[in-house]
Amino acid sequence: MSETAIPYMVKPHPVTGIPNGKLGIWLFLASEVMLFGALFSSYVLIRTGMPHWPPEGGLSSEVLNVPLGTFNTAVLITSSITMVLAWASCKMGSLPKFKMWMGATVFLALVFLVVKYFEYSDKFHHEHFPSHDNFYAIYFVLTGLHGLHIVGGIIVNTFLLTAGSKMWQTDPEHFTNRVENAGLYWHFVDLVWIFLFPSLYLL
Amino acid sequence: MAENAQHEDISKHMGQYYVVFVALLCLTAVTVGVSYLHLTRPLAITVALIIASIKAGLVAAVFMHLISERKVIYAVLILTALFFIILLALPNLTVFEHHSGMPGT
Amino acid sequence: MSVQHHNGGNGHGHAHDGHGHHELPFWRKYIFSVDHKMIGIQYGVTALAFLFFGFSLMMLMRWQLAYPGQPLPLLGKLLGETDMPGGVMAPEFYNQLGAMHGTIMVFLGVVPLAVGGFGNFVVPLQIGAPDMAFPRLNMVSYWVFLPGTLIMIASFFVPGGAAQSGWTSYPPLSDITGQGFFSGQTFWLFAMVLIITSSLLGSINFIVTIVQLRAKGLSFWRLPFFVHAQLVTAFLLLLAFPPLEAASVLQIMDRLAGTSFFLPSGLVVSGEPLKIAGGGNPLLWQHLFWFLAHPEVYVLILPAMGIVAEVIANNTRKPLWGYRLLVYSVVFLGFMSFVVWAHHMFMTGMGTTMSTFFQITTMIISIPSVIILTCFIMSLYGGNIRFTTPMLFATAFLPMFAIGGLTGLPLGLTASDIYLHDTFYVIGHFHYVVAPGTLFALFAGVYYWYPKATGRQMNDALGKVHFWLSFIAINFIFMPMFFQGMAGLSRRLYDPTIYAHGRGVQTLNVVISWGAWALAIAQLPFIVNFFMSLKKGARVAENPWHATTLEWAAPSPPGHGNFLTEPVVYREPYEYSVPGKPNDYSPQFRAEA
Repeated sequence: MSETAIPYMVKPHPVTGIPNGKLGIWLFLASEVMLFGALFSSYVLIRTGMPHWPPEGGLSSEVLNVPLGTFNTAVLITSSITMVLAWASCKMGSLPKFKMWMGATVFLALVFLVVKYFEYSDKFHHEHFPSHDNFYAIYFVLTGLHGLHIVGGIIVNTFLLTAGSKMWQTDPEHFTNRVENAGLYWHFVDLVWIFLFPSLYLL
Repeated sequence: MAENAQHEDISKHMGQYYVVFVALLCLTAVTVGVSYLHLTRPLAITVALIIASIKAGLVAAVFMHLISERKVIYAVLILTALFFIILLALPNLTVFEHHSGMPGT
Repeated sequence: MSVQHHNGGNGHGHAHDGHGHHELPFWRKYIFSVDHKMIGIQYGVTALAFLFFGFSLMMLMRWQLAYPGQPLPLLGKLLGETDMPGGVMAPEFYNQLGAMHGTIMVFLGVVPLAVGGFGNFVVPLQIGAPDMAFPRLNMVSYWVFLPGTLIMIASFFVPGGAAQSGWTSYPPLSDITGQGFFSGQTFWLFAMVLIITSSLLGSINFIVTIVQLRAKGLSFWRLPFFVHAQLVTAFLLLLAFPPLEAASVLQIMDRLAGTSFFLPSGLVVSGEPLKIAGGGNPLLWQHLFWFLAHPEVYVLILPAMGIVAEVIANNTRKPLWGYRLLVYSVVFLGFMSFVVWAHHMFMTGMGTTMSTFFQITTMIISIPSVIILTCFIMSLYGGNIRFTTPMLFATAFLPMFAIGGLTGLPLGLTASDIYLHDTFYVIGHFHYVVAPGTLFALFAGVYYWYPKATGRQMNDALGKVHFWLSFIAINFIFMPMFFQGMAGLSRRLYDPTIYAHGRGVQTLNVVISWGAWALAIAQLPFIVNFFMSLKKGARVAENPWHATTLEWAAPSPPGHGNFLTEPVVYREPYEYSVPGKPNDYSPQFRAEA
């Protein structure tokens, strides 16, 4: 493809101090803050409009599985550190170490999804679908959308782990930037869960 | 040369990453533990959000390198934070005032 | 160093020929192009087509409003027995036309043209960049947008027809109309998710491009006002659209998964209580919708203001008056646009504290608008004005936008809004801003930048006919609406004559409808001109308008990589008629005067 050479794709801009991709990913994360912000705002609006929460009585921690939720929180936090280590490995020039840590990140992400699968199927087994009441509606939509973001992250990270890593041979700095940007996205997904978990499971 | 400087740079930070990792796990345990205290709802919400904010702050500052980021990124994020707060607060204030019987409802 | 002079006209120059001449296959050059100019044209042409389609929907509606219950000659039979039984418009069809007219004009017409079309084509050229920061993302943006538009069109053909709850899609009505996946409202929601995603990806591209890829010497205070306007617009799109995307997901869940995000308990439909869990709030949708939709209207006007600025400076042969004031105003305007949205909700039972808050912010936001308009008007004073076609449209924008803006004030004040909300007054207000406002500015942009994009001039005589016919017709359409609104005529009303106060202003409906049909005919010279000039228009060199901004340094049309040599900026953007200089313009890109 006869692509025009776009400046500052890899080297940082002299004034802003960052390459294009980093600004781009932070802008994307800004929009994601507004997306999840809208959902949190909806959660507050609906919840404060109802006399009881959960509507069917009891506590959120009795409806949702706190041990599983806690485990998943630990899984995501761990995946965040493995992600940072994957990037650090790139900075320190080691592709094998990068692959190990990135592989761990993807693995942990899959673990998270498997746990969510068990949580969801347990709910469905008891005929508790999103339509059951707004507690379930909010729970499924918030964790569902978050889960879709996890899937997105898995796809990107797997690409960087496999076909994408070819770029290491020709342009390691560009590849490292890509890993960093993927990492920023991944940490954001962890960040959202850090708020989701107490909001849905504990409060 | 430049690469060695980079290596040095990163290895200084590695320690930080592990410390934050442990802190995050501990704070998770704290947040779950506090929930068993069954505090009153307003207090429970406040404590949970404070702990979550600390955790989020650590992830953002250290893992996402925000602590040493550039002005342009800070500018974007501050603007976003402002609109995020507006989005969270104003619709709820509008509806809240309607429900609560404040003057004029 | 200055741009090398080249033999004007054929303009397919190649910048940076270092890597040899790769010829791309047809599908990579024209279909899945990553070149911002091709993508800009794709957006522009798609948008123009949808503008005409959306306009046609309204022209159908105008028959029903002018002659309620009368069969439509010729076309009535063609549209089928469901929508036009016996040639008479069914109320459901009227509602579909209304909802889709608004949706299509805003999301498939104006924004894709103003931002996707003009933004994509002009911004990289005006900042001296070889392309957008992320060319492949740019391509993806268009190809996420197009399926969205096709789903919108497809929605007319599903059982029950297209969405019919207004472009605002308020629940509970929008939650319950039609059943299942193959329904107009569901298609609307999925289409919106795609269109919003496309917009988000595009806005990221715009911001990074403007921040990172400016040419040497092009500081922020030397940017053309058009670029400032597009930068603010991109931030509006980036931060305001996600809540509507979230809301659309919630409404999809309500419609397909049986949730009650927007459905309150105890809702009864056609005498039957709805079998839902309840506990939802219809106001939640309104907040999330208007959180986007208010900044959206500034997305509609800001690029237009940018175009008007460029055209006025160029055709008055003097600098813009109050350039810095304009920039501060447009930034402030963008910021304020995020805190006024509930002025669309004054009638929803908000308490006085919150409605006072929104009234105050709404009054404040009129200030930067007025400042911008004043700066434009002051820019005319003492100018050596060339009344080219773009200048006619840009000049007309000024009083038209003034009428639109001023008529917004009684709507922003809660006391008067009680009477005017949901009447034709509102329709008159916003159409003045968007139709003889933005649309005229967009026409100005088409006439102004057509030579850059195609290497040929549009015919000026035809352009003047287009302008005068449109200008007269458009005022006949929208001016009477204020009087209808003040008489109490509701919007979205299938038959105005069911009410005495409607019958009182029914003559105006006839005037308006004939104005609309005249406006349609007025577009014929434009359509003919647009296509004819592609082949027959006078060829131009790189700077036919003798303009100062960077896009006029590139060949017409620009080739791969845009500029023959790397552009450097030496001065402010509007150095026209500088005393002591031989020419009445000093381009930004020329080293010596």
